[in-house]
Amino acid sequence: MLFTFAPQEEQAQPLPVPLPVQQRVWALSAWLGEHREKFRLREIVPGMANLLLVTEPTSSPASLSETVLELWPTLQPLPGSGRTVEIPVQYGTGIDRNDDGPDIALVAAHTGLSVSEIIHRHSEATYQVYCLGFQPGFAYLAGLDPSLATPRRDTPRVRTPAGSVAIGGNQTGIYPSTGPGGWQIIGHTSLVLFDPRRDSPSLLQPGDTVRFVGGTA
Amino acid sequence: MIEVVRCGAMTSVQDLGRPGFRHLGVGHAGAMDCIAMRQANMIVGNDPAAAVLEVSVAPLVLRFTEATSVALTGTDFTASLGKTDGEHPQEVTSVLPGHATTVHAGDTLTLSRPTIPGAHCYVAVAGGIDVPLVLGSRSTDLSAGFGGLAGRTLAAGDQLPVGTAAGRCISNRHGIRSMRPIHILRALPGPDWDLFTAEAKERLPKQPWRIRHQSNRMGLRLHGSPLPLRQPVELLSSGVMPGDVQVPPDGLPIVLANDAQTTGGYPRIASVIEADIWQLAHMPPSTSVFFRLVDREQAAAAMAQQQQYLARLALTIAADIAGQG
Repeated sequence: MLFTFAPQEEQAQPLPVPLPVQQRVWALSAWLGEHREKFRLREIVPGMANLLLVTEPTSSPASLSETVLELWPTLQPLPGSGRTVEIPVQYGTGIDRNDDGPDIALVAAHTGLSVSEIIHRHSEATYQVYCLGFQPGFAYLAGLDPSLATPRRDTPRVRTPAGSVAIGGNQTGIYPSTGPGGWQIIGHTSLVLFDPRRDSPSLLQPGDTVRFVGGTA
Repeated sequence: MIEVVRCGAMTSVQDLGRPGFRHLGVGHAGAMDCIAMRQANMIVGNDPAAAVLEVSVAPLVLRFTEATSVALTGTDFTASLGKTDGEHPQEVTSVLPGHATTVHAGDTLTLSRPTIPGAHCYVAVAGGIDVPLVLGSRSTDLSAGFGGLAGRTLAAGDQLPVGTAAGRCISNRHGIRSMRPIHILRALPGPDWDLFTAEAKERLPKQPWRIRHQSNRMGLRLHGSPLPLRQPVELLSSGVMPGDVQVPPDGLPIVLANDAQTTGGYPRIASVIEADIWQLAHMPPSTSVFFRLVDREQAAAAMAQQQQYLARLALTIAADIAGQG
């Protein structure tokens, strides 16, 4: 069952999700996490201003749905974790197509900003982890300076290396594992974003604040 | 220990998958046909949830260093077992699907030709494939690269650990038939059903959909008349599940399968019910499939029926084993 808490149909482009809305999604996830058994929940998956709930096939979705819709207007936004995670980044130089940020020149061409200005604006901002998804440990971050927005690649790369720091549309993110990817790679971090053997496998959690700390190689 | 002598692409270690971690972005993985997987385990006396090998491309040649039992379920492969003298097989006997087959130390099992190329077959070994549990499962997460054997598909030269056999196999006289796909997927209207045109909603269950070649464990891509939206939309990313039928801007649906990523942004016109997801394992490119829309009660009833079937099977097998004395 998918619960959506932001109007979607009206816009051709989704608007940025306001933090208080997402904080209520966290609050709802936390509350349902405490009542997992009662509602026979298999999965509680926060998305961007939405929440996917997966129940056992024989449980009644009607009572769960009723509970969620009654609860939503009463929820107080859950503040973030208070944790700030610094991500060290080797940004691309814009000169060498084989360095850590092979697409930074392309982002410069699209935005009309210099490479050093892109690095400055990308690493000055503070970002909020809204939710995780796509790959294990991939964080959906809010807070990209709108002037850095750059469309995705027309043809996705077959191989985007693990640790790639990238921009896709009006979002930025870090690829935890090597695989296909459509975002523009502007840098690289050597941090391990996801390790299934760690007690907390994902380095980043919803509610965390993220800062990119960088320089060029 | 099992040694992989030869191996086609896409053979991997799978069990019932890795549920409960989608909020971290961890996909389900697991056997695409989890009914055939359970059957194979039950035949050789394993816990139904034990890890097996999922095979879709021939050949697969395995050499066993110790005596054990194996069972093949899912799609039928031409399979044989025998001693080998170097490269030359000797005293080869064919292996019946759905039966317990006794394996002697040094024997080689060869899966040479699938009846339906691209459909999935399951190989269970008494004791189960004993790779380490990662986040509660032995399944291979092929895109993230963990679980199973080093997070990847098998290759010649690999050594697979086998657990200690706990139960007894069913008697040689009996076999268990694998379920045959009927190529009709029952589906519930999806969360974005109302974003589609009336024509699209009408057409989804009426026209045959052909499976395209770019299909894999992440998703089955379908070909047919495109399903248009009432107007173009960009949705905010949200959680998705195996079985969800996503429609990208080209209007051609993709049925998400076990290795689908955990979030998506394409509108979902429908969701294949859990009781029918096993059929995705048996729909290789070029086959046709129909959707049939059902409601939640029918979906729950279908799931209950499947659970009853598995429970009855477990009882039948227990009686068979008890009857062996």
